[in-house]
Amino acid sequence: MAKTLYDKVWQAHVIDQMGEDSLIYIDRHLIHEVTSPQAFAGLSEKGRKVRRPDKTFATMDHSISTRSLAIDACGPANKLQLQTLADNCEENGIELFPVGHQKQGIVHVMGPELGLIQPGMTVVCGDSHTATHGAFGALAFGIGTSQVEHVFATQTLKQSKAKSMQVKVSGNLPIGITAKDIILAIIGKIGHAGATGHVIEYCGEAIQGLTMEERMTICNMSIEAGAKAGMIACDQTTIDYLEGREHSPKGEQWQQAVDYWLSFHSDEGATFDTVVELQAADITPQVTWGTNPGQVMGVNQVVPTPTDFSDPIERQSAEKALKYMGLEAGQKLSDVQVTDVFIGSCTNGRIEDMRAAAAIAKTGKVAPHVTAIVVPGSNQVKAQAEAEQLDKIFIEAGFEWRLPGCSMCLGMNDDILEAGRRCASTSNRNFEGRQGRGARTHLVSPAMAAAAALKGTFADVRDFQE
Amino acid sequence: MTGITQHSGKAAPLDQANVDTDQIIPKQFLTGVTRVGYGKHLFHDWRYLDLHEQEPNPDFSLNKPEHQGASILLTRENFGCGSSREHAPWALGDFGFQVIIATSFADIFYGNCINNQILPLSLKNPELDVLFAAVAADPEVQIDIDLPAQTVSCHGQQFHFDIAEHHKYNLIKGLDAIGQTLELQDKIEAFEGKLPTWLQA
Repeated sequence: MAKTLYDKVWQAHVIDQMGEDSLIYIDRHLIHEVTSPQAFAGLSEKGRKVRRPDKTFATMDHSISTRSLAIDACGPANKLQLQTLADNCEENGIELFPVGHQKQGIVHVMGPELGLIQPGMTVVCGDSHTATHGAFGALAFGIGTSQVEHVFATQTLKQSKAKSMQVKVSGNLPIGITAKDIILAIIGKIGHAGATGHVIEYCGEAIQGLTMEERMTICNMSIEAGAKAGMIACDQTTIDYLEGREHSPKGEQWQQAVDYWLSFHSDEGATFDTVVELQAADITPQVTWGTNPGQVMGVNQVVPTPTDFSDPIERQSAEKALKYMGLEAGQKLSDVQVTDVFIGSCTNGRIEDMRAAAAIAKTGKVAPHVTAIVVPGSNQVKAQAEAEQLDKIFIEAGFEWRLPGCSMCLGMNDDILEAGRRCASTSNRNFEGRQGRGARTHLVSPAMAAAAALKGTFADVRDFQE
Repeated sequence: MTGITQHSGKAAPLDQANVDTDQIIPKQFLTGVTRVGYGKHLFHDWRYLDLHEQEPNPDFSLNKPEHQGASILLTRENFGCGSSREHAPWALGDFGFQVIIATSFADIFYGNCINNQILPLSLKNPELDVLFAAVAADPEVQIDIDLPAQTVSCHGQQFHFDIAEHHKYNLIKGLDAIGQTLELQDKIEAFEGKLPTWLQA
């Protein structure tokens, strides 16, 4: 029977069947300071050990300052959490990239750039945006801390197989439209819970034409559609990205690995539980207007009227969202002032994102009422951006250039928005209070965020380009 | 851990969809290194008018005198969406909730509840309407949950809910999932031995 990409990766990892549950093997475990301490504590309470420290990699990203390399820069609680990670890694023989290390970065930026993520792998992390790594044709998903402990002790997880969903983006992408716009348009179409219980496979010409970093942006936000994971089959783009990376197979193993990786694709005629299709030509620059990522629209549309929604629950959500966001039905976004711009995160903190934002930034200056920060996703991204002098472009235009970390995506450090501030953000969640209590988040692409910084209101990035 | 079989208690209503884990427990409370003490910060932004948790919001459901002591939370679709933080079920459990009844749950949150002996159960919206109405009419109304029978009963009405057998089993027995898996050590080792060479180390 024809199999999907998900079927193939799944079947290659089943160790044992236990009723409707399978015990699956985990090839790569990534950890960070926020969701691991209780798992390590659980292990030591029971006298258990990390089974495969060699398959486990740690970084510091959520609780760290983007202005200082000192681990106590964000207070004693953050320091304790970071120190606990360092102590746990030391004790268990896990390689850690601490603050200031040249390989340190946001866990979902660091993993791929070191070649730790490869096609056909199973990848987990105590972080919902683990879905990012599905861009490599890996099965990658976020887990809770109890499951982190389970992976530590056994290098396995008990899982039920999810349903499958194919999301096809047909045709070529119009100029000025980015991966972020594609994924926001998909979430807008299927809804914030539209893929619950499913693993998505993204395909179609518009997806095949994306770079690896763009594919990571797409897969990253699978969770914002409710999906367990998002995947894109391995192709030459994937192989070219992996060749020569630190943890990629070398020598004669390289060709064996490439042959193995290319076997992970959906067979012709494979069937999916759900199929969704979008035309790339219909996608415009996207901006969220509400408090979940499904509440999104094209930059030139007007803010929707709650009574337009026939579903009573959606209508109630829209009313609540508009109130929180301080927006009026029928309002144009070009009339809405932003106070802050955040460019970064595991969604859009990679070098191509920095380049896209810098290309807009160099056409003007940040509006006087706007505070704009650029936070590279890793030290490698930071170093590359500085080698290309992108930092100078940002600083010259009035952006702040910071140290890598999760930063204002969730504000576990001191990059927190005050109540009432309105932020054009390249991150992944526009939930109430996500960037700070009472703060308002609009999700956009890096180019759209830079355009908003310059204009001082939301703006159509296509007006900035020749 | 002790298991769950039957549970009876009063319910607190939170009649909205898409309640995300950032609302359940905001980021500033995620710096802990233990699993305890999160209950006082549950729904912080909605529950308190100030940052220091000194002024409870009198309009928020969980603060109302009639809902004190509730052990069942009633809510709507996609509950627990967003971040994978297990701090969310830790906070709900620490506050005193043992059962969450919703139209649907986000996947990661659902699994986290199972691993923390909190029963997440789904009913259809019209069935939830009945429960919301019963609680509105009488906040003290008792809701009875029978996990082995997979039923929710209130005022003589009974609703069936679905749950995967292994989730049900683990909740009833309160099992140590890691201990169970470690019994399969030989199979895990055999599997590792067959991995492609570049994946072995």
